[in-house]
Amino acid sequence: MAADLSILIFDENQVRAAIIEAGLREAGHATVATVTEIRGLVRQIEVLQPDVIVVDLENPNRDQLEHFFQVSRSVRKPVAMFVDRSDSEAIRAAVEAGVSAYVVDGLKKERVKPILDMAVSRFNAVSRLSRELADARSELAERKVIERAKGILMKAKGLDEEEAYKLLRRSAMNESRRIGDVAASLVSAYSLLGDG
Amino acid sequence: MAGQSFIRAGYVPLLDSAVLIAAASCGFAEERGVILSLHRETSWATIRDRIGVGQFDCAHMLAPMPIAANLGIGPLPTAMVAPMVLALGGNGVVVSERIAQMMTELAPSGFERSPRAAGKALAAAVARRAATDERPLRFAVVHPHSSHNYDLRYWLAACGVTPERDVEITVVPPPLMPDALAGGAIDGFCAGEPWATVAVTRGAGRIVTSRAEIWRRGPEKVLGLRADFAQHHPEELTALIAALCDAARWCSDRANFEALARLLAVPERLNVDEAALIPGLTGRMEIASDSHRTIDDFMVFAGANANRPDPGHGRWLYRQMVRWQDAIFSDEGLQIAGQSFDPRFFDEAMAGGGGLEATGFEGARIDPRQDGSAAGRERPDGLFDAADGE
Repeated sequence: MAADLSILIFDENQVRAAIIEAGLREAGHATVATVTEIRGLVRQIEVLQPDVIVVDLENPNRDQLEHFFQVSRSVRKPVAMFVDRSDSEAIRAAVEAGVSAYVVDGLKKERVKPILDMAVSRFNAVSRLSRELADARSELAERKVIERAKGILMKAKGLDEEEAYKLLRRSAMNESRRIGDVAASLVSAYSLLGDG
Repeated sequence: MAGQSFIRAGYVPLLDSAVLIAAASCGFAEERGVILSLHRETSWATIRDRIGVGQFDCAHMLAPMPIAANLGIGPLPTAMVAPMVLALGGNGVVVSERIAQMMTELAPSGFERSPRAAGKALAAAVARRAATDERPLRFAVVHPHSSHNYDLRYWLAACGVTPERDVEITVVPPPLMPDALAGGAIDGFCAGEPWATVAVTRGAGRIVTSRAEIWRRGPEKVLGLRADFAQHHPEELTALIAALCDAARWCSDRANFEALARLLAVPERLNVDEAALIPGLTGRMEIASDSHRTIDDFMVFAGANANRPDPGHGRWLYRQMVRWQDAIFSDEGLQIAGQSFDPRFFDEAMAGGGGLEATGFEGARIDPRQDGSAAGRERPDGLFDAADGE
């Protein structure tokens, strides 16, 4: 890359910020800085004079930040990504991934596009990971609920563990529900009756 | 209408998102055949972006936002329309305890009787501050293109303060206002409820005036809708407006205030104490610790044409944008601003029996001055300095 662009990442999620920073460094960008809270951000922007600022879309400080870009005399004015809307697919992908970016006015789109693409793919990877983690957690929770439901049935109906599980599975099939849902209703009904 | 329509809407967790939340959660939308899918956002920038790329069909918006979008001001400009007003009033102007004490000293006969008196006391405090080495007073608003910003400037200017010279006006997210005030980062703010009430409850400041007093019954939040949605789905829009009118009437009924506060307060919606929502709903504001004042029309959700967009209001907001250098005046701009507040969809929804009786709607008074012609009256009703002339 001819002249290295200076990039600033502003993300309150430190892990995600680190992952994006690593990705940009791997892609050959040497001037990358990360800020994870609004305090000190303005100072950093004034010192670093970044060409590109990547901000997580859900960051509650975006209105404040955009206002600062608009009124500041101490920095070259960054404008929101591709303000001309000429690349609506890229904008859509960024918004869907949860990325917003501000780019110093006049910077060529071709130079910014790879940075944005990198941020988008890393954001997507992070949310995929956290989704998988949440799924794994709920799977674990579901297994616990099924265990409790089995215990309730064993105690109430004098069944052994396998019979209790079969009973749960049969009612799930009869009602076209998931076995975890049937177990959850049973557990909550049982605790309502005061013996849970 | 054939089948149900699915409409995606964004909102920012403020008391004046009540109508959208009630419509989506209390069955008002379903009754009109609309599935209203609501998404909470933390900034107006994100609302704008999601509308811009089409993830949202519509959103709870600051009244000037659709105008700015149609004028191409700011990022991702998207053709929009405001087919309905969601709330009037609702914002409080709060100053820190320190500034309030200074105002009390400088206005010994009290300053709470009118926005004029409060503004004069604040102007005296600003002047006193200028004689010291301390930085000028710093006020925060929620967004540059907001009634908060324009009201605050209008009020200050009418009371002898030149906002761009005598004070600093910055932007802070509403939930952070009370802490910023308590910590001394700002000296005052103008924000929507419940944040003025929260600041007073925490002992961070006092409510010195309110939007309802600066511009009584001025539109605060509108339904901002993608213009292409209005064009391609007129029936769905009619149903949505009717549902929102049903919800607005429910929200404005005193008998429902407690239920509404409970509905809104939960963590996945506003995530605040229920008690913090009651003053804004009733208009009986706690203006300082243990001191209350009832403000007429503090926040209005429905009744007496509250929900019908008025092109004259759109033009007035444009004139405020021009006055404070957010826009450059042109006849075309004025026309675009007026057209952004388009009452036709609302009138159609009402004519179709959509909540005609339900909203206490008083009939569409088609005003010949609302046709966008520059000849119309430009100052709206309800401005606190109306008697002053200009």
